[in-house]
Amino acid sequence: MLTDLELQLKSIEYRATILRIIKQARAGHTGGDLSSIDILNVLYNNVMQVSPATFADPNRDRYVQSKGHCVEALYTVLADQGYFPQEELDTLCQYQSHFVGHPTRSVPGIEQNTGALGHGLAVAGGMALAAKLDGRSYRVFTLLGDGELAEGSNWEASLAASHYRLDNLVVIVDRNRLQISGNTETVAPLEPLHEKFAAFGYAVREVDGNDPAALMDIFNRVPFEAGKPNLVLANTVKGKGVSFMENSVKWHHRVPTDEEYATAMRELDEARAKLTAQASEAGQRRYPVHA
Amino acid sequence: MELGRANLEVFADTVLELACADRDVLVVTSDSRGSGKLTGYGETLPDQLVELGIAEQNVIGFSAGLASAGKKVFAASPACFLTARGLEQIKNDVAYSDQPVRIIGISAGVSYGALGATHHSLHDFAVLRAINNLTIIAPADNFETRETIRAIHNTPHPVYVRLGKAPQRHVHGADSSFTIGKAAVIQDGGDLTFIACGETVPVALAAAEQLALEGIDCRVLSMHTIKPLDEEAVLQAARETRAIITVEEHSVFGGLGEACASVLMQGGASLPFKIVGFPDEYMVTGSQKELFNHYGISPDGLAASARQLLAVEAR
Repeated sequence: MLTDLELQLKSIEYRATILRIIKQARAGHTGGDLSSIDILNVLYNNVMQVSPATFADPNRDRYVQSKGHCVEALYTVLADQGYFPQEELDTLCQYQSHFVGHPTRSVPGIEQNTGALGHGLAVAGGMALAAKLDGRSYRVFTLLGDGELAEGSNWEASLAASHYRLDNLVVIVDRNRLQISGNTETVAPLEPLHEKFAAFGYAVREVDGNDPAALMDIFNRVPFEAGKPNLVLANTVKGKGVSFMENSVKWHHRVPTDEEYATAMRELDEARAKLTAQASEAGQRRYPVHA
Repeated sequence: MELGRANLEVFADTVLELACADRDVLVVTSDSRGSGKLTGYGETLPDQLVELGIAEQNVIGFSAGLASAGKKVFAASPACFLTARGLEQIKNDVAYSDQPVRIIGISAGVSYGALGATHHSLHDFAVLRAINNLTIIAPADNFETRETIRAIHNTPHPVYVRLGKAPQRHVHGADSSFTIGKAAVIQDGGDLTFIACGETVPVALAAAEQLALEGIDCRVLSMHTIKPLDEEAVLQAARETRAIITVEEHSVFGGLGEACASVLMQGGASLPFKIVGFPDEYMVTGSQKELFNHYGISPDGLAASARQLLAVEAR
């Protein structure tokens, strides 16, 4: 279990890794990786009961990444969790690498091949239903993009999740409000999203999806209501953590230039230094050093 | 040979037998319990039936998740909807992800007859053959249906089974054997081979019986496994008989016939060959039997095709 400070430092480290492997592969979904990485960080480090040692355990918690295009975030966290050596990340999208540009089960730690949008929720629903049928206590987490909510299959799956009272299913929407063509509300408007999910039978909670402490607090409350599937509307910032990538549609799948990469790394270094300094200051206030 | 039951009913009975002995067996349906003859199954084992309503994409997606967690899923829904509406889920959630879902396309082909093209599945072999990691089976009679369902009970990989809803003539005897991927020799013969599948096998057999009266000796193969195809049985037919006619309740594009043609061409075989199936047009209105007759999938129609290939006159 990581502390809030440790989680925040992890997120910075993960962001740096994501940008490094995207830069090297010359491919990747930069903006969505950065908006969703805090969610993945909290899930894998502090919430889900699963590890490389327990990945075959029928009682493990499960994660299905419906927004498969943000695979660099998932690979980064899985490497950190020890599912495979860090250096394998360097093969992302290379000829004959099994680190494809969308998740596949050929990479240790991945439950389901995804990439076509609107698929993860039904599959996660099936996993959660199996737990109910077998009397198992595991939970299933699935991460959806907001743009993919236009796929009707999500709403079919939602009907079933509610009907089968899947309170062991946690649907997280990475609500960064941008998709490849622009703002979700001008491309295919989703609002009022909270009300729509509630009408489909979810217990809905909104959270700052880039705040690890807030995410921890929300995930600790699962199930939100007995007998209802859980919906976490995670309000995030696309490109979060790098000033010129934030809320910019052009960073959906743009690869940084050398100069942009250097600037981004410098910003992340500064964020790390600031965080460490704040922590040290707070630590000194709490535990004064006596000469 | 005598008339049996609908293959659909045999599926329902067989999956009930399996499910009674194995709690992990599940049937997943899309408001299709009635059409799938699964009402009795649902009443006997309500906890082993998952109803998802009229939502074929969701049927396949949920089935993939259930299979991932160790459930032995038979996802049963009309073939026309399941393999079209649910195609991307079959491709990605099941086949690509290698989740062992048993996809059961019910009332396949033109089983729904006069209900029209929306309810016909004449595309399923073609689209599913082009998807990696999916076994495709179209059983001919009650025996092949029962053996198929038993054989896939513990399959580690995805399977598509295509079933019709009309009572089927038994084409197998008591001593028959069944192996997925191996053509069943229903009748041996040296002049011409009918390579048929599903509900066209009894029709081909009836044609062979008619031709026998004229001294034409036909081999009839039930090519129940469309993929992986028993290529050796096809090439053997080319070596040992003088002509081949393929017969299927499917479009002439992309199905059993073109699969056999590919094997024959690439195997260097050259002999009179005809693909009998549904042409590239919207069907006239009619029952399954009327449509079969209209498009030459009848004893008379197939016998005429055989005579034409062998260049002999009718007697």
